[in-house]
Order: sequence, then C-alpha cells, then structure tokens
Amino acid sequence: MSARASRSWLMPALTIFGALVLAVIPLPGVVSPFRPDWVAVALLYWTLIQPRRYGLLKALLLGIVLDALTGSLLGQHALALLVIVYLSQRLYLRVRAFPASQVATIVILLLALYELVLLVIDGFAGREVALVERWGPVVTGGILWLFVSVGAERGRQAAEVRI
Amino acid sequence: MSGPGQMAGKPGRGEFPPGARFIMLAVLCLILIVVDHRYNHLSRVRELLSLAVYPIQVAVDFPFTAWQWAGDAVADRRELLRENEELKEQLVIASYRLQSLTSLEMENARLRQLLDSYEELNEDRVMIAEILSVDLDPYPSRFIINRGSTDEVYVGQPLLDADGVIGQVESVSSRTSQALFITDPDHRIPVAIERTGERTFADGTGDSRVLRLPYLTNSADVRPGDRLVTSGLGGIFPSGRPVAIIEEFVQRPDQNFAFVTARPVSQLDRDQEVLLVWNEVFAEVADATPAAGELR
Repeated sequence: MSARASRSWLMPALTIFGALVLAVIPLPGVVSPFRPDWVAVALLYWTLIQPRRYGLLKALLLGIVLDALTGSLLGQHALALLVIVYLSQRLYLRVRAFPASQVATIVILLLALYELVLLVIDGFAGREVALVERWGPVVTGGILWLFVSVGAERGRQAAEVRI
Repeated sequence: MSGPGQMAGKPGRGEFPPGARFIMLAVLCLILIVVDHRYNHLSRVRELLSLAVYPIQVAVDFPFTAWQWAGDAVADRRELLRENEELKEQLVIASYRLQSLTSLEMENARLRQLLDSYEELNEDRVMIAEILSVDLDPYPSRFIINRGSTDEVYVGQPLLDADGVIGQVESVSSRTSQALFITDPDHRIPVAIERTGERTFADGTGDSRVLRLPYLTNSADVRPGDRLVTSGLGGIFPSGRPVAIIEEFVQRPDQNFAFVTARPVSQLDRDQEVLLVWNEVFAEVADATPAAGELR
C-alpha cells in the first residue's frame, strides 16, 4: 500500500508536466489554432478521478505556472482553471453516475467555459485573438477527452477498488 | 450520502466551505489580473516565475535545437562548401558597401559640424539572440528569446535581423525575454515612406505577412512596391531601418483614409536568430516610459 501511495503522485505529476510541455510545444501554423487545452484536460481528468487531492489551490498554482509559461496576464489561466475545477468538483457526484457520452458533453462545456473566461480577460486587457483560436481548442479538447475517458474509466475503477 | 464522493462537497482542510474558498481564490485571481495589467508591481514576481518555468521552455526547445544541431553536424560537405562560398561572396559585397558607408558617415559628420549640430552618430551595440521554439498560443505573434536582464535587455528594445525590423521586447526576465513581432495586433510602429518621406504608422494585423497603414489619405502619394522604413519617432526603433514593402493601395472615396497594406521585409517566423539593438539614447527614453507609444 505504501509503495502504491508513494507512487500515486507520480502519474499526475508526469501527465501535468507533459501537459505543460505540450501547451507550448511548437506546432505548424495550420494546426496551432487547434491545440487542445492540454493542461485543462489533464487537470479535469485528475479532478474527476481524485477530487480530494486536486482541489482549488492546486488549480490556482498550476494556472499561474501556465500564465508564466505562455506570457498571459498573471491569474488569467489560474482563474479559468479555478472555475472549471470548482464546477467539476460540484458536479463530481453526478458525473460519476453519468454514461461516458454525458461526461464528455460536460467536459466540452467546461472547456468552452474555460475558453470564455480566457476570452473575457483578453478582452479586458485589450489583446486581440482570432475567434478560431479560441474555439478550436474546445473541439480538439473534446476529442482528446474521448481518448482520455477510456483511461479515466480504468483509473476510476482502480480508485474505487483502492477506496 | 456516504462513499468516495463525499469529500468533494466538503472542505478538504480549514473551515471554509468550497463555495467560499472558490470565491476567495477567484477574487485573488482577479486582483492578480488587474494588478498585473494596470500596474508594474508584479514584474519581480513575473521574473521569478519566468525563471521557474525556464526549464520547461528549455525542455520544449531542446529537441528542436538538437535536431538543427544534428542537421548541421551531418550536413553534406559539398553543401557546406557551397554555403561557405556564398557567405564569402556576401561578405565581400557587404564590406564594399560598408566602405562607402564609412566615407558617407565622415562626410555626414563634416556637414554636421558645418551646421553646428553636435548630435552624435554613435555605433549601436548589438547582440545576437535566438528565438526559443516555444509557442505562445493563442498569441502567434509573441515569442521568447534566450536573452534577459542579465544581458541588459530592456523593455521596448528593438529586434532586427539582416533584412529589417522584426519586433520589440515586451517583458524581460533574468534569462529570457518575451517579445512581439511588428505584426502583433497590439503593435504599432512609426514608419516613413522612403520615396516621399511621408510619415505614418504601420499596425500589426495578427497575420505574419500583413501590416496595415490606417492613416494614409486617399490622395497620399503611395504606390505598391514603395519601401517603408522606421521614422525614428517614438524613440524606440532606430530610424531608417527597412520595415515593409507596400503591397496594396486602394482609394476609398467614401472614407477619410485609404486602405493600405504592406508586407514585412523580414521573415517573421520562429526558427531564426535575431539582433537585439541597444541605442543608448533610446534606451533612456524607453526606461523612462516603458514601451512608450508603440504598444497600443
């Protein structure tokens, strides 16, 4: 048990580090507006799997790291992550009982909300962003979730067994 | 209600319910955003954070650099010889031009003396910087260079390459700096039309091949193919550097200004080296008013 517990932070840490790397890795110009919100998807995944360990404070800190990494306003991604993590925590009990397709719908809505928060803050700061660059990530994020949710199902079963 | 999900609705630690915690943290974020946007107090914090994420940026950049390096290492000998030959030719031509420039400079200095104008023509200090292969989506016209405050980079510092103006530094941390291409929608550069000397502005559009000149009247003497150079107004860019070529000039009788676009002379993409230019006079101005005038 202790070996498993001591290793249980490793996967989340690795996936979130991977998500941070993928968030800024160069993509060819055509594809780059469709870069999924890797960090948001990874964090949503871990929030839905282990809601006790991935709370608001971690979302905030991760968001600030993402802000520093992408050169956005400090607090911009932090606020967006905070909002979707809070909502996914509130929805968590219900989401557990939902079929995968509904979970995916909720995740897509959360990702859209995430982009909306970023958009509003960009508007406040007067930074212009093309519209496709805002909503492309929601589409690809949803597709990414479909792949992730297979893993989520397995992880959830594992977590339930553990608890 | 019991079971694995119970904790989700309750505070993990502390006495605050999750709703209150959320609101507190959200307000904290909002304060952070406003302070970061309105004031400059957070530059130290940002600098530290940039240092913290520097390893990630290097990790992202590394494979691309390594790939390039590997490409260089195994490049064909003939290829290298050919490139060497080309570079030698270019050097000869460049030195020849430089010779005539030196005599022109001396002549200029003599004329200035005659006119009692003591404005000095100082040599610009320059430094090569590399653009890190790091994408800042969704801001495609922002990028990171591998020079920072330890190299005395300052906010508002112009970036050029062999062809002309590329952009300017937006924020500086100790090892890296963030910069804008001149085609960023938030960027505006004061330019002059080389042929006529008329001064105007060129705004970024977000498209790396298009600049827009919003304030040229319908009667302006502008033709496609005209070269735009920096006018030196605004005190950020050195004057007389090539910026763009006029691409389109469409008169719009129903409006005050004509529709004018230009194509930047430099390749504005990320896999290249750029030149940081220090102009002591301009550096002082830029210090006094960060990014004065050129950031809308």
